[in-house]
Amino acid sequence: MSNHSATSEITFEHAPAENTSRIWKVFWLLSFLTAAELLLGYGHARHWYGGNEGLILFVKGVICILTAFKAYYIVSVFMHLGDEVRNLIMTIVTPLLLFVWFIIAFLWDGDSWKTLRNTDAHSRPNIENIKHHAPASAMPGEKP
Amino acid sequence: MSTTTVQGTKWWAGGKSPFNATYGKVMMWYFLMSDAFTFGAFLISYGTIRFSVNFWPDPNQVFNAFPGFGHQDLPLSFVSLMTFILIFSSVTMVLAVHQGRHMNRKGVEKYMILTILGGIAFLSCQAWEWTHLITGEHKVLVNGALETWGTTVSKNPWGPAVPHEQLSALGLAASEHVTTPGPVAFGGYFFGITGFHGFHVFTGVLVNTIMLIKTRLGHFDQRGHYEMIEKAGLYWHFVDLVWVFVFLCFYLI
Repeated sequence: MSNHSATSEITFEHAPAENTSRIWKVFWLLSFLTAAELLLGYGHARHWYGGNEGLILFVKGVICILTAFKAYYIVSVFMHLGDEVRNLIMTIVTPLLLFVWFIIAFLWDGDSWKTLRNTDAHSRPNIENIKHHAPASAMPGEKP
Repeated sequence: MSTTTVQGTKWWAGGKSPFNATYGKVMMWYFLMSDAFTFGAFLISYGTIRFSVNFWPDPNQVFNAFPGFGHQDLPLSFVSLMTFILIFSSVTMVLAVHQGRHMNRKGVEKYMILTILGGIAFLSCQAWEWTHLITGEHKVLVNGALETWGTTVSKNPWGPAVPHEQLSALGLAASEHVTTPGPVAFGGYFFGITGFHGFHVFTGVLVNTIMLIKTRLGHFDQRGHYEMIEKAGLYWHFVDLVWVFVFLCFYLI
């Protein structure tokens, strides 16, 4: 047991890591994941995926998953949450599961608003894919 | 310490922290969890609005500048620099915590200075990017008249481009890039969320500076432990963690 225990609240002192190899390993991992995200994002910027909506959505999904891995490594290793006892980990992680519901529910809601607007609350065909160049109707001398 | 002794412990029997952590550290974790909900609410609200409109500006068009490269189209370049600055300052922070665990005051000082410099570098980048967006001039067709707009919380010049036929009708060259107003929420969300994150970075730099001063004064050596560095480190890593998501939501997808 270490001789600089902070308080009596600590039952088991975590022995400090001998060297910094784990930190650098995670640094390279985070750099690699970020580089992969940037490469996929750069592909989108340079239109490598053409107009393939499904492929673009898939690439964006992959980027989101890579981000989740980055978040896991930052929290687990850099913030040392992975070294804490299970009780503490659970009290932090369990409430955050609410985000699963939040994200699904709110994005669904946003999409629903879009449909309601585009169909005037389901009273006409969806106008989403009609090319809308906003100024067309507001141009002087043009019919709306 | 072995894993088996930890597992055999009756954590809830009383007389000790069931979390095997000090009060201060547990409360720092709960603060960060609540802050995660704040940022999460902001980002989800942004996502909801983005899902609710037919057109949203392409981040690769909006964020394509790099200081010193004029009008060259360099998507993702400057934000990559910002991201790597923050990742690297996260590494120097965890190295400071590591030195603190080994009661090495000189090492803590060195890595805290590097972390603070990383934070200042990030804030400087953000200041440049905001200035570039706000003062950048873009031709926008508003109700049939041309206006010059920057990106602000009330003006978004990143709407759909005006087609060439309409440009000639307006007496403009076909090569001219003129847009129509984009969804007004764009600037508010971008400046609001990156501003709130930048404010966290600024606070983190302040906290880290105080910790550096306390380290130099030998307060933690007198106390016999460097736990304050660990708690400041938790906050700093959280700031990096939030940036990972801001980077994802505003620049990548």
